Amino acid sequence: MAQLTYRNAVAHGIAQEMRRDPNLVMLGEDIAGAGGVFKTTVGLLDEFGPDRVRDTPISEQAILGAAMGAAMTGVPVIAEIMFSDFIAVCFDLLANEIAKSRYMTAGQVSLPIVVRTANGGGSRFGAQHSQSVENWVMMIPGLKVVAPSTPLDVVGLMAASVRDPDPVVFLEHKSLMADKQDVPDGEIVDDLGVARVVREGSDCTIAALALMVPRALEAANRLEDQGISAEVIDVRSLVPLDTQTILGSVTKTSRLFTVEENPRLCGWGAEIASIVTDEVFWDLDGPVVRITTPHIPLPAAEALEDMAIPSVDLIAETITKRMG
Amino acid sequence: MTSTRARDEGLYDYAHREPRLPAPENRGNDRLDIPIDTRLEMYEAQQLLRQFEKRAYDLFMQNLVKGTSHLSLGQEAIAAGFARAQREGDYTFATYRGHAHTLARGADPGAVLAELLGRENGILKGKGGSMHLTSVEHGMMGSYAIIGAHLTIANGAAWSAQMRGSGQVAVCFFGDGTTNIGAFHEALNMAAIWALPVVFVCENNLWMEYTPIDLITAVPNPAADRAGAYGLERIIVDGNDADAVYETAVRVIDRARRGDGPSLVEAHTYREQGHSRADPAKYRPPAEVEAWKARDPIPMYHERLLRLGVPEGDLSTIQQDVARRVDDATEFAKGGAHPGEEHLMSDVWADGGSAWRN
Ligand SMILES: Cc1ncc(C[n+]2csc(CCOP(=O)(O)OP(=O)(O)O)c2C)c(N)n1
Ligand SMILES: [Mg+2]
Repeated sequence: MAQLTYRNAVAHGIAQEMRRDPNLVMLGEDIAGAGGVFKTTVGLLDEFGPDRVRDTPISEQAILGAAMGAAMTGVPVIAEIMFSDFIAVCFDLLANEIAKSRYMTAGQVSLPIVVRTANGGGSRFGAQHSQSVENWVMMIPGLKVVAPSTPLDVVGLMAASVRDPDPVVFLEHKSLMADKQDVPDGEIVDDLGVARVVREGSDCTIAALALMVPRALEAANRLEDQGISAEVIDVRSLVPLDTQTILGSVTKTSRLFTVEENPRLCGWGAEIASIVTDEVFWDLDGPVVRITTPHIPLPAAEALEDMAIPSVDLIAETITKRMG
Repeated sequence: MTSTRARDEGLYDYAHREPRLPAPENRGNDRLDIPIDTRLEMYEAQQLLRQFEKRAYDLFMQNLVKGTSHLSLGQEAIAAGFARAQREGDYTFATYRGHAHTLARGADPGAVLAELLGRENGILKGKGGSMHLTSVEHGMMGSYAIIGAHLTIANGAAWSAQMRGSGQVAVCFFGDGTTNIGAFHEALNMAAIWALPVVFVCENNLWMEYTPIDLITAVPNPAADRAGAYGLERIIVDGNDADAVYETAVRVIDRARRGDGPSLVEAHTYREQGHSRADPAKYRPPAEVEAWKARDPIPMYHERLLRLGVPEGDLSTIQQDVARRVDDATEFAKGGAHPGEEHLMSDVWADGGSAWRN
C-alpha cells in the first residue's frame, strides 16, 4: 500500500502497463525529459528509455497520426495531448481517422490507442486552457471516453484503457492532480464502462464525473444535515456508458441530478437525462435536473471561474430547492 | 482593385491561362538498367489501372457507382513504378484518389470494384467506399479523404517498423494541393527528426481540385521546393514515365530501408480527366490538356517497349488479359448483393459490435 497523488498515479499506471507490455510506447510534448507539464510522466523516461517515451515537436496532428499509424501496425501507443483544449488542433485525426477507421475498413484495422489529456478548469488559465471537453469526444462514434476522479481509478482505468483494443480518450483532471489516496501494491486493472456508487442514499441520485465527484460528495454530506439522503454515482466512463447503474439508482431514489463541468449544450448529462426519461420515466418523482457550467467560454479570474464551474454550494442549493 | 487584378491575371478564368506544359519525353530513359520483365510487369500494372479506371468511370455514368470517385487516369505510372519498387510487407498510404494504389499493391480488382458499387463482396463490405480503399493483407493501409492526415499516419507506420526493426518502408501518396496544409509540414518535420523509413510522394498533377496549384502555392514546385526546409534532398521525377519513377522509388525506398531516413519525391504528372465524378474539367486550358495527353504514360511506355524489342503481340496479349480481368471484375462486382443490415452496426469496436451502453 502506498499513498499516491492523482498526478503520480498517472505515471504509476502507465509504468505498470509498460512493464507488462514491452511493445507499449508513449509520445507527446515535454513528456520525456521534463516529465510532463503536469508532472504526470515523471520517471518514465528513466525507466523505459527514449525509444519508448518520446518527446515530440509541437505537432498535435503528427502526434495522433504517429499514434494511429503505429497502432494499426501492431504497436500500442499512449499519446499525450498536453491540454484537452488542444484536441481542437488535431480533431481531424481523432474524430475522422482514429474513430472511424475500423468501421470504414470493415474491421481490417485495430487501433489500440490511449489519448491522455489534461482536462477541466479550476486553474485560472482562461478559456483556452481550462475546458471540459468530454462532450466533444463523447459525441463521436468509435471513441471510448473515461475520466477518473481518484488516484486508484487513474491506475485501474489507465490499465483498462491500455488493454482495450479500441481508442480511448483518457481525461485527467487538472484540479485533481494533488489529491491523495492509498493505492494497493500489485497490479491494478479496472473495467471500462462501469460506474460506481460512491455514496448510498435514498432520496435522490447525483451523477457526477471527475472533479464534480468530490464536490457532489461534499454536497451530499451537507444535504444529509438537511434530511436529504443523496446517492452519488461516479460515472467514470462516458463511453461505454454504464446506464444500468444509473437507471438502477434512479429507480430506487426517483430523482436524478447530473453535475457536469462541460458547458451546458450537449453535455453528457443531457444524454443521461434522455435515457432516464425514456426508460424509467414512471419511476421519477420529479424532473431530471442538470447542474452544469453555463454556456460560456470559461473566464480566467478566480472569482469568475468559481462562479462558472458547479460548486458544492451550487450543487447543494440546487438540489435543496428542486427537492423542496 | 483586387478583383480587377485577379481578372487581369486570369485568376478566375483558368481556361485562358498560359498552359503549363510537360517536359519533353526523355528517350534516354530507354537505357535505364531495368530488366525487361520488370518493365513488362509495370506495363501490365499500368494497363490494369487504366482499364479499371475507365470501367469505374463507365459504371459511374451508368449510375452503378454512387457517391463519388476520383480517378488516376494519366497518373498510373506513379502507382505502378512505386508499387513495383516496394516489397511485400511494405506499407502504402493513399488519398481518396486511391484506386490505382490499391490495385497496384495487388488487391483484387473485383473486390475493389464491388466496393465502388457498394456491394457486400466489396473489399470493405461497402462500408468505406471509393475514398477509403484498404487492403491490409497487401500492405495497403488505407485511403484517406481528409487532406493531410495520412502523411502523419504513414509516419506512425514507419515509426512502428523502425521500433520493430522489421525493415518495412511506408510510402505515402498525396497531391500537390496537400502540400499547403499544416499536417504536411508536421509530418515532414517529424519524419526527418526521427529518421523514419517513410517516402512521401507528391503526385503533382498541377491542379488542386479546380484551382491551378501555382496560383495558390508560394513556390513553383510545391513539394520539392520545400524539401530543403526539412533537410531533405530536392527530388523531382517525371511521373509519366514508369521507369523514371521506378528508378527513383528504388533509390529512396532503399535509403529508407537502410535507416537513412525519409524522402520527399515530387512526381510531375497530369490528371487527364476531371477532379471527381463526371467533372468535365472545362476550366483547364485546352492546349494544356492536349500537351499532357500527348505525354500519356501508357502509349509512351508501349512505344518504349517496342523500341526495346518487345513484340507488339506480347503487349496486346497483356492488354487483352487485363481486359478480361476487368470484365471478370465487373461481373463479380455487379453480381454482389447489397450489404445486409448485419453490416450496419458491426465493426465499430474490436468486439465486432457498436454498443456504447449496457
Ligand atoms: C482538409 C480538406 N480540405 C478540403 C478538402 C476537399 N478536397 C478534396 S480533394 C481536394 C483537392 C486536393 O488536391 P491535391 O492535393 O492536388 O490532390 P488531387 O485531387 O489533385 O489528387 C480538396 C480541396 C478535403 N478533402 N480535405
Ligand atoms: Mg492535384
